[in-house]
Amino acid sequence: MAYPGGQLSEEKVFKDPVHRYIHVRDKIIWDLIGTKEFQRLRRIKQLGTTYLTFHGAEHSRFNHSLGVYEIIRRIIDDVFVGREHWDHSERLLCLCAALLHDLGHGPFSHSFEKVFHLDHENFTQAIILEDTEVNAVLRRMGNDFPKKVAEVIAKTYQNKLVVSLISSQIDADRMDYLLRDAYYTGVSYGNFDMERILRVMRPREDQVVIKRSGMHAVEDYIMSRYQMYWQVYFHPVTRSAEVILTKILHRAKKLYESGYTFQTKPVHFYSLFVGNVNLQDYLKLDEAVILYYFQQWQEEKDEILRDLCSRFVHRRLFKYVEFSPTNEQMKKLMELTLLFKKAGIDPEYYLVVDSSSDLPYDFYRPGEEGERLPIYLLMPNGELRELSRESVLVDAISGKRRTDHKLYFPDDFLYDFSTKRATKKKIMEILEG
Amino acid sequence: MLTEHAKIMKAFMAAGEIVGRKKLQKMIYIAKKLQFPFYEKFDFHFYGPYSEELTWRIEELCNLGFLNEVKEKKGGYVQYRYTLTEAGEQFLSHYDIELPHLQDCLQDMNGQHSRFLELVSTVLYFEHLSKEEVKEKVFSLKSKQRYTEEEFEEAYAYIDKLRGYVHSRS
Repeated sequence: MAYPGGQLSEEKVFKDPVHRYIHVRDKIIWDLIGTKEFQRLRRIKQLGTTYLTFHGAEHSRFNHSLGVYEIIRRIIDDVFVGREHWDHSERLLCLCAALLHDLGHGPFSHSFEKVFHLDHENFTQAIILEDTEVNAVLRRMGNDFPKKVAEVIAKTYQNKLVVSLISSQIDADRMDYLLRDAYYTGVSYGNFDMERILRVMRPREDQVVIKRSGMHAVEDYIMSRYQMYWQVYFHPVTRSAEVILTKILHRAKKLYESGYTFQTKPVHFYSLFVGNVNLQDYLKLDEAVILYYFQQWQEEKDEILRDLCSRFVHRRLFKYVEFSPTNEQMKKLMELTLLFKKAGIDPEYYLVVDSSSDLPYDFYRPGEEGERLPIYLLMPNGELRELSRESVLVDAISGKRRTDHKLYFPDDFLYDFSTKRATKKKIMEILEG
Repeated sequence: MLTEHAKIMKAFMAAGEIVGRKKLQKMIYIAKKLQFPFYEKFDFHFYGPYSEELTWRIEELCNLGFLNEVKEKKGGYVQYRYTLTEAGEQFLSHYDIELPHLQDCLQDMNGQHSRFLELVSTVLYFEHLSKEEVKEKVFSLKSKQRYTEEEFEEAYAYIDKLRGYVHSRS
């Protein structure tokens, strides 16, 4: 079925620092961009608290969503069109799914999901399927079209090739966020030759494969991913901000449950606190709203909430030491917990172990009992070979795990020797090893 | 602190040895769907619901010596066996985690084939749909597994059985 209005009379373009231009010719895409649910993504940062480490990282999920759309558009219109295995009637479905794949992200998603046990992917599904402007636009294509878009994003759509374009080990989502996050953070290691990768992508029945001649470009992409995860996404300072943010949410929830009277009533949080968030409440949340509360809560009577909010707003972050949760270190942690209590510092909020595996992660590894579809190279003789069997470089980092735990604490409290001097000294001795 | 790690170890303590990563993934997913408080994020992969986060957690626990992983070559693929180590039991002693009836559920699941658990977890993944729609999903997305109508019905009966364990909690 065609979309009413089909194509725009003139192509629209958005200037973009990563792809130069985002090209929009299809009216459905133009209409989706104009919906209030999609515009909301302008108010949600792509990298959450990373801006407190890399000051350039202020870009939004709106930018990234347009970027993913543009990559898919190029793959379909410039590379796949007319090739065997590619069903061109899936074109608009792919473009819509690419554009909308992150629609359900909330402000500071990682912390919110952790504290309130939410899943942004459920909200993506709800925004597409329930009574929203996005749903109304998609339904103009046919009543079952929103369901199809939701299935592609949820990876349960029957055509696996379509799913793999949006979500696989080498997909448009990752290609865009690596390049975009590298650009905005200002780091040099996220870059790779995307143009080359796009040119060597080929459709197969179940997934996208890469021509053997493009292997080195893919190697570069995989190394970029590896570097970005450890240099940017898992940066310990970003994690410190994330720890404080998480603790603010925990504290606010706990206060609410205990019947505390907030000076600034957390009306936007009520449904989160009681674990009953409906879509309309969720869509009202964005970073401006959350930061308003943090600003206001600096005036609260509760000392812990006040302090944590002030730390976040003024970037007075926690310090950290390396921590490995062996039994020996666990004993030290227990001792520290007792000493913190003795020093009058609540360890529930001020002594925090954070594991990097709690943050976004997905550096390359080949399929394990087939769970993850590996990247396949299309050999000159038409055979498919799994990437790490051809690439020495990829083989070297495949399956090599790095885990990282850190113990976070407020050193300013501990160095304030005006009270509990001996206890604090003892704490510092343990922390400094 | 590290409570999520401890809960996974608790699952091993309840289930005993678990053979196969696929089985392990499906057991934890099913337990999560039975409202046990596992917070690893799952999405739909080749063999049904799968959690990258759980994979990492297991690897971490192995690296720390809290879980023992044994690799076995099985024809065309590698199979993994997992057990809780003594150090793991000691670590777990720092936590006071009560998960009533988890043992009943996990031990029962551990006695099932991973192929069947894959079906059960897929049914649970789509449980918001009507039974007919779930069937359509299972038969289209899992066409290579060639599940029968009978197995499909067994999956529903099995879910009821597991929920029976949980409801006997109250």
